[in-house]
Amino acid sequence: MKQNLYNYILGIADNSLILGQRLGELTGHGPSLETDIACTNISLDLFGQVRSYFQYAAKIAGDNRTEDDIAMLRKEREYVNVLLVEQPNRDFAYTMARQFLFDIYHLLFLQELEKSKDLTLSAIATKSIKEVSYHERFSGDWIKRLGDGTEVSKAKMQDAIDGLWTYTDELFHQTEADKAMVAEGIGVDVTKLKETYYKKVNEILEEATLEIPESKWFQKGGKEGIHTEHLGYLLAELQYMQRAYPNMEW
Amino acid sequence: MSEEQIKNLEVQFEARIARDEKIEPKDWMPEKYRKTHIRQMSQHAHSEIVGMLPEGNWITRAPSLRRKVALLAKVQDEAGHGLYLYSACETLGISRDELYDQLHSGKAKYSSIFNYPTVTWADMGAVGWLVDGAAIINQVPLCNTSYGPYARAMVRVCKEESFHQRQGFEIMMKLANGTPEQKELAQDALNRWWWPSLMMLGPTDAESIHTEQSMKWKLKRKSNDDLRQQFIDQTVPQAELIGLTIPDPDLKWNEERQSYDFGEINWDEFWQVVKGHGPMNKERMKARVGAWEEGEWVRDAAMAHAEKKQARKQKQAI
Repeated sequence: MKQNLYNYILGIADNSLILGQRLGELTGHGPSLETDIACTNISLDLFGQVRSYFQYAAKIAGDNRTEDDIAMLRKEREYVNVLLVEQPNRDFAYTMARQFLFDIYHLLFLQELEKSKDLTLSAIATKSIKEVSYHERFSGDWIKRLGDGTEVSKAKMQDAIDGLWTYTDELFHQTEADKAMVAEGIGVDVTKLKETYYKKVNEILEEATLEIPESKWFQKGGKEGIHTEHLGYLLAELQYMQRAYPNMEW
Repeated sequence: MSEEQIKNLEVQFEARIARDEKIEPKDWMPEKYRKTHIRQMSQHAHSEIVGMLPEGNWITRAPSLRRKVALLAKVQDEAGHGLYLYSACETLGISRDELYDQLHSGKAKYSSIFNYPTVTWADMGAVGWLVDGAAIINQVPLCNTSYGPYARAMVRVCKEESFHQRQGFEIMMKLANGTPEQKELAQDALNRWWWPSLMMLGPTDAESIHTEQSMKWKLKRKSNDDLRQQFIDQTVPQAELIGLTIPDPDLKWNEERQSYDFGEINWDEFWQVVKGHGPMNKERMKARVGAWEEGEWVRDAAMAHAEKKQARKQKQAI
């Protein structure tokens, strides 16, 4: 089995899996029917991407494992999503800030992944770019609305950006699988996305009349499977049925 | 307008309905027609929105990615149905905020079935199969109702509902054909959802207060009891097909009527839930009111932002 490629795919897909799961918690509880529909839709897009990635990963693994085994039967330390996406839905400002800080990265990443020598990954990227361009517009618009809305919304949005900023740098850390895949022309060199990322993020924050956080202290660990305490609970729900009723078809 | 003129308009109006013409938002209509439509359409919209909660309850715990995606899509469809039904309602001169107020204050009703809890994954199957199944029976005739915006909304709603119902049945079928434990989950869900689904088609004809007028306006085309019989006759063979037992010892095929006879419905339970004392009434309202109140600052910000943007645009124009 091509272990590096397998690990590499998990590194991409786990972000969508965990963020999709977070958004799924909100369905039916949004501040308006329109935002409820949009967040559910983003969750759906992300899970659709996850299925494509994990089906491919299962094929590479070449044993009997399925997309669901990969999604739902790993242990806490085996999930390699970035810490950003597992942060909880504290309020709508946090949900949108988390989305925005991920979407800007996600789109830049996919635009590079589309050039991959691996045709399956390239095809998944092409399809996902259409979806993620919409996500980015949606979350970016909400950053502007809440930042440049009322005093209350501005304070909440600033608080969310400040709180989540510490998780942004990890997006640009390279794992061993990353390095190997970049060398083969399959993977994306995330270190090269960093400058454009912060430029784009800062532009929108400025337009939203928000302060760009100055803190240079960043958290990391997700990519090595060392997560915040929030992930365990998310996994408990995600995995519940597969753990309680093992080896069954649904 | 004189009384005679109004009478005249009413006669013309009833004649249009009798000719199967559609009534459109700008047409003249009797006040009672408008009110009755607001009541029924908003009740339908509220049911879609509250109905998102019991199913949303299983999104994070769906057993496979395929099921999770299907469930998300289904709940999203329900939000979409709520959206067009509220919009259709707005054509009658009432705002969405007013309609929400009526829901949150308890003045407006929604389908009582959503006041039951979804306790296992199998409930996602049972709700789709039975609840959406009963809803379709209620709603298909409304595709030809007299009020144009409602009729058109229902065409789309019914298409999606029938897809949901098949999806629910497929979940049940998979469970019923699965391990003994899965089959038990399916049977348990059927046991809990069967009677509430029968009640969902409304009180018996003798107790139904809105039937006569609604029939005239084609807001209703069959009586509650007829719809209920149709639902039972359609659903019993489906249960048999997947080897599940309908929890009614009195259920028996009646050769003469070419229909199933069935046991007595517990109408006390029905009225208890309608009056707000079902297992989940309070939680459902708390979730809806909570989402609305917690979202207020977001909606305010969106309005404030839009106004600022507009003001900047005007300034630029000068």
